[in-house]
Amino acid sequence: MDDLIADFVAECREMLEALGGEIVAWEAQPEDRARLDSIFRFVHTVKGNCGFFEFPRLEALSHAAEDALADCRAGRRVPDGALVSAVLAVIDRISELIAAIDAGENMPAGDDNHLIDALAHGAESVAVPVLVAGDAATKASVAPRTIRLSVELLDRVMSTVSDMVLARNELARRLRESETDVPVGGAFERLSSIIAEMRDAITRTRMQRIENLFVGLPRMVRDLSAELGKQVLVDIEGGDVELDREMIEMIRDPLTHIIRNAVDHGIEKPAERLSAGKREIGVLSVSARQSGNQILIDIHDDGRGIDGRKLVEKAIASGVISKEDAALLTSREQLALIFEAGLSTAKEVTAISGRGVGMDVVRSNVERIGGIVEVDSRPGEGTRMTLRVPLTLTIIPALSVSIGNQHFAIPRSAIEEIVRANGESVRLEHLGGAGVATIRGRRVPEVSLASILGLESNVAEKDRTLVVLRPAGGDVYALSVDRIHDHEELVVKPAAPAVMATGLYAGTTLADDGSPILLFDPAGIAEVGGVRLEALDRSARIAEDSTGVVSKATPVLLFRGLDGGRRALRLAVVDRIEEVHGAAINDTAGQLRVQVGEAILPLAGATATDIPDGKVRLFRLNDGVHEIGYAFAEVLDFATIEHDVIHAERPGEISGVSLINNEPAELVDAHWLFSNHVGAAARKPEQRVCLVPVWDPWMQNMLRPLVEAAGYRVIDDPEEETADLVIASLGEEVPEDSGGKTIWLRSEPEASGKKDQSVYRYDRAGLLMALKSTGGGKAK
Amino acid sequence: MKELLLIVAIAGERVALPAAAVESVVELDTLIPVPRAAPHVAGLSALRSRVLTVIDCMRSLELGTTDCSDGIREAAVVELDGHHYALIVDLVEDVVEALSEPAPIRAAMGTGWERVSQGMVETEEGPLLLIDVAALIAGAEAKVAA
Repeated sequence: MDDLIADFVAECREMLEALGGEIVAWEAQPEDRARLDSIFRFVHTVKGNCGFFEFPRLEALSHAAEDALADCRAGRRVPDGALVSAVLAVIDRISELIAAIDAGENMPAGDDNHLIDALAHGAESVAVPVLVAGDAATKASVAPRTIRLSVELLDRVMSTVSDMVLARNELARRLRESETDVPVGGAFERLSSIIAEMRDAITRTRMQRIENLFVGLPRMVRDLSAELGKQVLVDIEGGDVELDREMIEMIRDPLTHIIRNAVDHGIEKPAERLSAGKREIGVLSVSARQSGNQILIDIHDDGRGIDGRKLVEKAIASGVISKEDAALLTSREQLALIFEAGLSTAKEVTAISGRGVGMDVVRSNVERIGGIVEVDSRPGEGTRMTLRVPLTLTIIPALSVSIGNQHFAIPRSAIEEIVRANGESVRLEHLGGAGVATIRGRRVPEVSLASILGLESNVAEKDRTLVVLRPAGGDVYALSVDRIHDHEELVVKPAAPAVMATGLYAGTTLADDGSPILLFDPAGIAEVGGVRLEALDRSARIAEDSTGVVSKATPVLLFRGLDGGRRALRLAVVDRIEEVHGAAINDTAGQLRVQVGEAILPLAGATATDIPDGKVRLFRLNDGVHEIGYAFAEVLDFATIEHDVIHAERPGEISGVSLINNEPAELVDAHWLFSNHVGAAARKPEQRVCLVPVWDPWMQNMLRPLVEAAGYRVIDDPEEETADLVIASLGEEVPEDSGGKTIWLRSEPEASGKKDQSVYRYDRAGLLMALKSTGGGKAK
Repeated sequence: MKELLLIVAIAGERVALPAAAVESVVELDTLIPVPRAAPHVAGLSALRSRVLTVIDCMRSLELGTTDCSDGIREAAVVELDGHHYALIVDLVEDVVEALSEPAPIRAAMGTGWERVSQGMVETEEGPLLLIDVAALIAGAEAKVAA
């Protein structure tokens, strides 16, 4: 019996969840037969089951709702607002009762007569036959074929698969050690690929469509706006994006809070909206998309926006920042104040938001899971909040380092750069026992991992490697380690309390050979190491802090190419430096490729003939989506471009020449590299002003040289002057008064439809065409 | 239903662990130290794809340190709050049935033993000290903190 009841509760839950959106849609379009049918089906199911289980209250409620809905279905009654609300109230009560059953409580006593009476209220109105317009188009929503599994079972399968991977690795080792014949090797390869596929599939089972999170939103917004006397239309997109199940639970509260804020503080009352010249119905759009190994969730409202100056005044009044500091804030930093504790621009605390849970809590919750919240707003036009969260909690890209012979892992997200302690631009000093590293003129506190851990290090201080870390929200410091090893994607598991108590570790993980590795918590190391982190480094809080914004001082990496040429690459596009064996470079599928770890990257900066036999060093360039390798002979220096750049006549690997450290150096065109090695190839491009978003490092570092080479002068502040051309990523806001044209960029090669005028960002020909035609447009 | 007990030797003394708490008995070979962790945390080890936090029982009882340098050690694997621990013991002997409920020991024990004691149980092999696994894992520091 208990099993039956559990099944009943689970079934009701599932239907209730799916129903939330349906009811609101039904209210908007009462003649929609398909919605009516699915609601009817729900109450019918409940009625049928609870008669069997003897839940008289549930039966009375569902019976009354079924009758009312049956009348609508038969055309004896027209569904109106009153009926929808009454049905909603009944469904809410049903879900309360089901929750009580689930909790194993006795059926709570209570009176449902007023709910049932409310259903009957509209019945007095004259029955008007309804023409069901959409009848033919009614599509029965086909339920996906699913079964319910317990999470424990999934976890067990997952760990078995992990075991299998480890067993495979061991077998691989053994096979390498002994002479084996080809068929055995072939069979092993096949087994390997099957295991890899299986691991992928199992990982996917932990993924859930974000729809589960979105499905409750229309109902929540409806209730909220009704309560506040506002009209809000919810527009949801991207429900099919998949996310780790745990992650969905982690972002539920922050998302709910942001939406409550948007409806409560953002969207104005209808009268206010009309007088501001807007439609009386506010639009709240929620969209999710995947970008690399991150999920971006945008919550955009067309309400009154956030007044940055008011925020600043408030922040000064409440002592969050000083007047002097406040004067220095950019408009983005002003908006970011919203995340400081104790700030709320709402004049009064309402019942909806402002219940003591502020945006500071939202931010800390999101940061705790390795995510970022960004805010962008224009007074009078609306606010956009963006949540960026990693795909999963459990797989973290990390760098492994070692002290003595013990390996540790550091999360990649916290690493700013890696330098050699004996490098040219690095100096290590000790002031009163405290380490200070000077890296290219910047002084950062230095701590030795060996001394923090109390381990012996047999590497002299000057031979160590410095890992420059920036813990979430903190200031940078340098950690000296004996050696750095691989970049790996690690499956991280929480460590036992006794291990966590040290404050140094974020979790444990297993290396490929099956031995455990500890993952560091960068903030914890700083604390234990006695590094004082400036608590409020505001510009550091802003994601994708723009580097090289000032066109006269772009930081570049000066190096010598394999052919001896003196070249420079913008520092921001260089992800890291790798060393590979010459044999790892092969001419395959029409171009040179290099194997780094388990990844195969297109290789630039070399031709098949000048690959040396020994070790080859290469830059790993990253545009956020793709990676390519760039072979070089040696790194010369870090420098900045301070002189004018003479642009090359034809597009190619070299975009121009400039004097760097008083000697000419060729500037490598990263955009060209990526468009030629990753995307479709093509070519060919007068002084106009172009606005390129300053917060987008891809645009600044990759696109900007291209736009400049096409004869544009690039600005990044819309207030500065009127731009002839605006370049923006698809889905972003552009200033309305920009006057000129806009080029939209998308990150997928295929257009999303015929109306899609956007250009794929590595479609060099398309981009140049767009740049050129926009130039022509201005001329007439 | 009589409770089953696993007889193990710690610091030369035969004691009983509740057998229901013990998942398996393993032989540990590699041990990865955890710098700056409490002294009774001997390190980490892996059992299949699970990370085990290895507890040096002798150290937890403040009776000295188990010498882990000579390689393989016997350990009992237990799960506590979702984490797996390996308790290093001198020797795993046998599983016996408890013949009585744990009764308080009225004589004075060493402080380490006192902390982890759940009382004395009668078995066919005579009275044995029943160990509180959670207290053993918490070690000496937890007591100070509490």
